[in-house]
Amino acid sequence: MVLSKAASESDVSVHSTFASRYVRTSLPRFKMSENSIPKEAAYQIINDELMLDGNPRLNLASFVTTWMEPECDKLIMASVNKNYVDMDEYPVTTELQNRCVNMIAHLFNAPLGESEAAVGVGTVGSSEAIMLAGLAFKRKWQNRRKAEGKPWDKPNIVTGANVQVCWEKFARYFEVELKEVKLREDYFVMDPAKAVEMVDENTICVAAILGSTLNGEFEDVKLLNDLLVEKNKETGWDTPIHVDAASGGFIAPFLNPELEWDFRLPLVKSINVSGHKYGLVYAGIGWVIWRSKEDLPEELIFHINYLGADQPTFTLNFSKGSSQVIAQYYQLIRLGFEGYRNIMENCRENMLVLKDGLEKTGRFNIVSKDDGVPLVAFSLKDNRRHDEFEVSDMLRRFGWIVPAYTMPPDAQHVTVLRVVIREDFSRTLAERLVCDIKKVLHELDTLPAKITAKLAINGEEADKNVTLVTKKSDLETQREITTVWRKFVMEKKKMNGVC
Amino acid sequence: MVITTTIPDHRAGELLHYTFASRYAGAPVPKFKMPEKSIPKEAAYQIINDELMLDGTPRLNLASFVTTWMEPECEKLMMASINKNYVDMDEYPVTTELQNRCVNMIAHLFNAPVGETETAVGVGTVGSSEAIMLAGLAFKRKWQAKRKSEGKPYDKPNIVTGANVQVCWEKFARYFEVELKEVKLSEGYYVMDPVKAVEMVDENTICVAAILGSTLTGEFENVKLLHELLTKKNEETGWDTPIHVDAASGGFIAPFLYPDLEWDFRLPLVKSINVSGHKYGLVYPGVGWVVWRTKEDLPDDLIFHINYLGSDQPTFTLNFSKGSSQIIAQYYQLIRLGFEGYKNIMENCMSNARVLKEGIEKMGRFDIVSKDVGVPLVAFSLKDSSKHTVFEISDSLRRFGWIVPAYTMAPDAQHIAVLRIVVREDFSRSLAERLIADIDKVVKELDTLPSRESTKAAHITATVEEKQHTEEEVLARWKRVLAAKRAGAC
Repeated sequence: MVLSKAASESDVSVHSTFASRYVRTSLPRFKMSENSIPKEAAYQIINDELMLDGNPRLNLASFVTTWMEPECDKLIMASVNKNYVDMDEYPVTTELQNRCVNMIAHLFNAPLGESEAAVGVGTVGSSEAIMLAGLAFKRKWQNRRKAEGKPWDKPNIVTGANVQVCWEKFARYFEVELKEVKLREDYFVMDPAKAVEMVDENTICVAAILGSTLNGEFEDVKLLNDLLVEKNKETGWDTPIHVDAASGGFIAPFLNPELEWDFRLPLVKSINVSGHKYGLVYAGIGWVIWRSKEDLPEELIFHINYLGADQPTFTLNFSKGSSQVIAQYYQLIRLGFEGYRNIMENCRENMLVLKDGLEKTGRFNIVSKDDGVPLVAFSLKDNRRHDEFEVSDMLRRFGWIVPAYTMPPDAQHVTVLRVVIREDFSRTLAERLVCDIKKVLHELDTLPAKITAKLAINGEEADKNVTLVTKKSDLETQREITTVWRKFVMEKKKMNGVC
Repeated sequence: MVITTTIPDHRAGELLHYTFASRYAGAPVPKFKMPEKSIPKEAAYQIINDELMLDGTPRLNLASFVTTWMEPECEKLMMASINKNYVDMDEYPVTTELQNRCVNMIAHLFNAPVGETETAVGVGTVGSSEAIMLAGLAFKRKWQAKRKSEGKPYDKPNIVTGANVQVCWEKFARYFEVELKEVKLSEGYYVMDPVKAVEMVDENTICVAAILGSTLTGEFENVKLLHELLTKKNEETGWDTPIHVDAASGGFIAPFLYPDLEWDFRLPLVKSINVSGHKYGLVYPGVGWVVWRTKEDLPDDLIFHINYLGSDQPTFTLNFSKGSSQIIAQYYQLIRLGFEGYKNIMENCMSNARVLKEGIEKMGRFDIVSKDVGVPLVAFSLKDSSKHTVFEISDSLRRFGWIVPAYTMAPDAQHIAVLRIVVREDFSRSLAERLIADIDKVVKELDTLPSRESTKAAHITATVEEKQHTEEEVLARWKRVLAAKRAGAC
């Protein structure tokens, strides 16, 4: 009797993924392929490519949260298929958003009655939040100008040159002029006096930043408010303030509760904060809160007949996931005031440890302040041979992603490295980072200076000294070769013990 | 000898307690202010999870086009990338690369005129709303530049669409200060009439927006006819008015079910197309795509080159930081399913929609308003709305767990009210048959009930009738109670 075997050649799911043909063929990049592939293969292929992305938790460039508790992850995954905008279908999710808005409004001391609902909305991030706030200011200002019979075609907004790019986007896409207060060396935030000077009758608002992206500093919103109140009395323009508290909004109330920057100042009409920065939620959530109903023009709010029910909405995005809103609510009730305070205090402690470690090397100037967002921005005392960009590149080899960048005008000659301390950056990691930075400095000391760096510093002279530079390059090349050879030989000596 | 027992610390002990025995199940949930104290993570999880039980079930939400089920392998990938901030292009180059591949694949799907290895022009967005705003901005800027160079006024841009547009077009118009010129619908014709649309085009029109897969009835608008008429008008006027196709739903259906239907970049006046990855792109909510025909159709001054965390990054989106999960999920679907996979799924959806349609027609009480060609959905209205309306049917169906929305059409057809059932990938045949049975139950039940006051107000009312109805109602209810008793039901 012949025992027949059912050939399972085509039953690819039985095969080990790495034995199948799917890892041999080139992945489609420009066009969809004709055929499907098994889900295990699809998963494995994508997973493998993604291994080459940076490690989110070692990404010290970003303020955005990279770790949450597993219980929250569970809630996130369970709601990933809920379309947030279906308010009628998911009333509890909508309710959770409203609770978050209320809690955050109270955190910012919005002037609300006991059970009065706050005016605000959840967004995809601070970009959307800022665009909504800016739109509200623009519309209010236009309405007022129309009522006064004055021209309303040239609105402008006054900010510091240190604003995050989303303000420039808002200005360009919504046709508002951006009037930037230039920075200067040693003063990397918006100067309130200069800002108020720049205000004119076409200014729709002045935007202050609580937690500047560049060095974490809190701008002096109180001083701005006081100066602007004065000017408003003289001019009668009633120019309001918006506080971009993307980073600082979840820090200041816990670490600096007496600092007056929020709705306690009467000219502050709206505030935005990123839930996904120190709100401790994964990327994809921001909040904007208005002082009162009057600060949000009714004509911007849409009442739509969506799937049969009336829905008031003021957002740019429509369909989106519900996970981050639920995660924000989880954090607010899970941690409460004391939890957030503990976490911010820990961040600040670890920031001080890192700062001390860097100062002790004697090679860096610390550019960031102690108060503000927990981050350390530092520049090399001497960057003629090697600059901050090289330090940043070398740190990548250890796995750390530490960005280096130049300040905006008029301080472009200052370059800094910046390390952001997030909730999940523990003390041990801080100590390890200091250690690795020391290693990098040590290594850079043995390398010759780069030609390009010198050219950049000697700007105009480069053209004149072109020949000089080429001659130097021969010398430099020789020196480089010798150094490399020396290193090679030393490595060999070291390697006798390894393997 | 006394055996001492240590009394456990009150707070620590609570963590050992069963969540529902702890004080957290008895205390009111914070709603307006942040609580002072922290609570254990298990309690936080349970409290929120429990409240969310009262949300509708996403998979029974037949109101939405947005995907509600994905394979577990894909969910694994999503969870693994949830902490990646998509905008950190320098830190996550592979994720950025995956987005670019998706853009290329979708551009090719729409027959964009790109060379073999030329990269397409497009971007991933949070949804079609953002995609439409970006496309609209590009049109507005191009038109303004053209008008400025002609020395003509550029302060009154407008856009021509049908009254059946989704709300995001109205948002775009209102927020970006563009006038919306809507072609009104009429009874029996629930999409934009190309002839009327082209008539409305004037020198201030930045583009004409056609919809492939109208929200209300799932119909595909006749983009080819619109194109022909607009080409003729452009020849006469020299205005060069372009077309945008809002293929939010249809973009992932037409190429697989109706490949010969010309609606995309095969028509020269079509300059940009948006599609929702989270509708028939089969990804969870949070991803859309917009593709432009060529580089020339996206004005360079809208693109930002930013010094973000140390490297140059060209960007054209409204949102900045956002999660990477949905982009990765879209790529997963595109390579996992391929052309044949998407085709099979769309064919299944259409066939289940047909089963549903036939079942509803058999009841003899409904008119089918949706067409056979288009998005797989069934929109139907009552033949006789004098006693009960579709809104009551919608409410009654909720009791069975189904969420089936009812709504009135846009002007000038507001007197028509429909129920609409969207057939998604995860709406299998068995669910379709069950739904038909439940609709039948609901209709029969409503027959026994008197009509509501509000319905009567629409028709002629008389107080005498009301009294009679109340008496009849009481009698009817009593009869039913007796009948139930006899049947033995408890």
